[in-house]
Amino acid sequence: MTPEQGPSSSPAGPPLLEVTDLQKYFPVKSSGVVRRTIGQVQAVDGVTFSLAKGGSLGLVGESGCGKTTTGRVITRLYDPTGGTVKFEGHDIGSISAKAMMPYRREIQLIFQDPYSSLNPRHTVGTIVSTPLQVHKTVPKNKVKPRVQELLEVVGLNPEHFNRYPSEFSGGQRQRIGIARALALNPKLIVADEPVSALDVSIQAQVINLLGDLQKEFDIAFLFIAHDLAIVRHFCPDIAVMYLGKIVEMGNRDQIYVTPHHPYTQALLSAAPDVKQAAIGGRRERIRLVGDVPSPINPPSGCRFRTRCWKAQDVCAEQEPPLLQVGGRQVACHFAEPLQVLATEPIEPAAAGA
Amino acid sequence: MTEVLDVERSPARQPNSQKEPFLVVEHLSVQFPTYDGLVKAVTDLSYSVDMGETLGIVGESGSGKSVSSMAVLGLHDIKRSRLEGSIRVAGKEIVGASQSTMRKIRGNEVAMIFQDPLTALHPFFKIGDQIIEAYRFHHNVSKRVARRRAIEMLDLVGIPRPDQRVDEYVHQFSGGMRQRAMIAMALVNNPRLLIADEPTTALDVTVQAQILDLIQEMQKEFGSAVIMITHDLGVIAEVADEVLVMYAGRCVEKGTTKQILTHPEMPYTWGLLGSIADVVGDVDKPLVPIPGTPPSLLNPPSGCSFHPRCVHRDKVEGNRCVEELPELRAGGAPNHLLRCHLTDPDAVFESEVKEEIL
Repeated sequence: MTPEQGPSSSPAGPPLLEVTDLQKYFPVKSSGVVRRTIGQVQAVDGVTFSLAKGGSLGLVGESGCGKTTTGRVITRLYDPTGGTVKFEGHDIGSISAKAMMPYRREIQLIFQDPYSSLNPRHTVGTIVSTPLQVHKTVPKNKVKPRVQELLEVVGLNPEHFNRYPSEFSGGQRQRIGIARALALNPKLIVADEPVSALDVSIQAQVINLLGDLQKEFDIAFLFIAHDLAIVRHFCPDIAVMYLGKIVEMGNRDQIYVTPHHPYTQALLSAAPDVKQAAIGGRRERIRLVGDVPSPINPPSGCRFRTRCWKAQDVCAEQEPPLLQVGGRQVACHFAEPLQVLATEPIEPAAAGA
Repeated sequence: MTEVLDVERSPARQPNSQKEPFLVVEHLSVQFPTYDGLVKAVTDLSYSVDMGETLGIVGESGSGKSVSSMAVLGLHDIKRSRLEGSIRVAGKEIVGASQSTMRKIRGNEVAMIFQDPLTALHPFFKIGDQIIEAYRFHHNVSKRVARRRAIEMLDLVGIPRPDQRVDEYVHQFSGGMRQRAMIAMALVNNPRLLIADEPTTALDVTVQAQILDLIQEMQKEFGSAVIMITHDLGVIAEVADEVLVMYAGRCVEKGTTKQILTHPEMPYTWGLLGSIADVVGDVDKPLVPIPGTPPSLLNPPSGCSFHPRCVHRDKVEGNRCVEELPELRAGGAPNHLLRCHLTDPDAVFESEVKEEIL
């Protein structure tokens, strides 16, 4: 897989982030005194993608598909089991914590839960200024003005410097988390479900804020979410994960209008749609049976075959490689386009996608 | 739509009043006295649901949607809450009813599916035993019969190998399976009203579709009334016949699903629809969030509780939005109610809002 194949319109030069064949296994230990490793949770197994400077890639999938683990390996909160993570051409997957320090400045993380990701005993000022003090990017007497500037950027009152997280609402807390991530002027932000814990009206505020920040500071986003509508809105490129692997990757229209992989099709057809109200009733949908199999003992061959309506013998024997099909990448033996999102309930105005 | 289904019900039940819908909530207020003051969680809420119908209740967290439905089940501690108004289930008054009356109704005529099955199911008891308990409480049958019934219910909700899984514990089930088990438990007594409080919020979309299908199939089979509480307008669009939009403990708009989601006339509903991204449609169109945050129910804003966040406030002459609480009045379509001072919300919708949200 060469970076040019990536659907993103990457300008000249190496991509900002290049992930090749990334693996992360977690050992499963036996009980007892001698805790032998009796298995591996294959959380991420052979994930390859690249992300251009200032671009954004959406990572979607159901819980347990490894999207969060991928994000945490890239930020080196976990060490990868195999594969490489290259940031601006430097391999950051296997370097020491000390050598990692300068890169931590460039790669920041926004967490899902704004309640557990902020220390309740620290003031907002402390929370947002900690990265500045750790990395010593600004002189001590400039820390406070910088923090206040950051708070203003994310739409909080700079006078709230001395307040505690408990005095803020969920949406405001998420803004504090975003201010903290912005403090070091990162080039890449891994946003792990940044809005899923927020109310609908607040989600839109935070999404718009992230979009504005991306434009203003030219930050690349790896946007991890399970909400297909929000990912579509925010990311021009989308990768769909299932059980530790990317099953389909392409640009917005390739994924949402003509999905090729059966899992992508099922996922899209399951997404409830407000526009449905115009015609009433439930949309015809692809019904997946059963649950996601355990990543400790994934099915042989194609991992989706146990729930796939197209599965045949070959699916159990051979693992489908991620192949280039008309600009997109798809891992399926029987990949063919199927439009699952009907555009007819709405008249011309919105059906243009 | 409803009479047909009543025929299937067991004759032992009290005959349903012909005129009144199965569930009638009138001028319900729920307040919680706290150290900080009185929390007005629900104020003057009225709605009704008939057999075979689905009412969707939408609102943000803290808008009183769960509190109002818990009142229907009589789940509020009477020592710590103040209930006013009237809730009638099949003609029986719930507000102020004794615990023994409530126990007869709860889980029998009215059942609830909770959001998080992991906290709603007991971790120490087998799934089967929990269902058996619910069944034997309302039916005088032997354990063996109840167990057969539990297996039947697990099978009905699509749990594979129900005769084995009936003896398993909650932690042995996956998220979707737990939700199915809870639905089995809720349906074991063929309730006539099913309250689903965010039944799919904790689930993945493919599992969510399975659970929504299941609830709808069950509704068709038993002809129950369903109240679907959710903040996901997509779910509402697919399952509900009628929608009630709540804000700060009050109903702010109510009407048929089609009306509310395609032609709403209340600024808060406009805001909700503008805030959500869509899986089809134009991606360059920015989301239009509602400014500000939901109000505190300790000190709700004066007048219309949405006025601090409303962008159409200046279209109302004088200072009415701040000073005067708008009455719930009839909207453009039949059965359409809204709470807003705008004299012609329809015109505002057509000229300014429609472009933004649809």
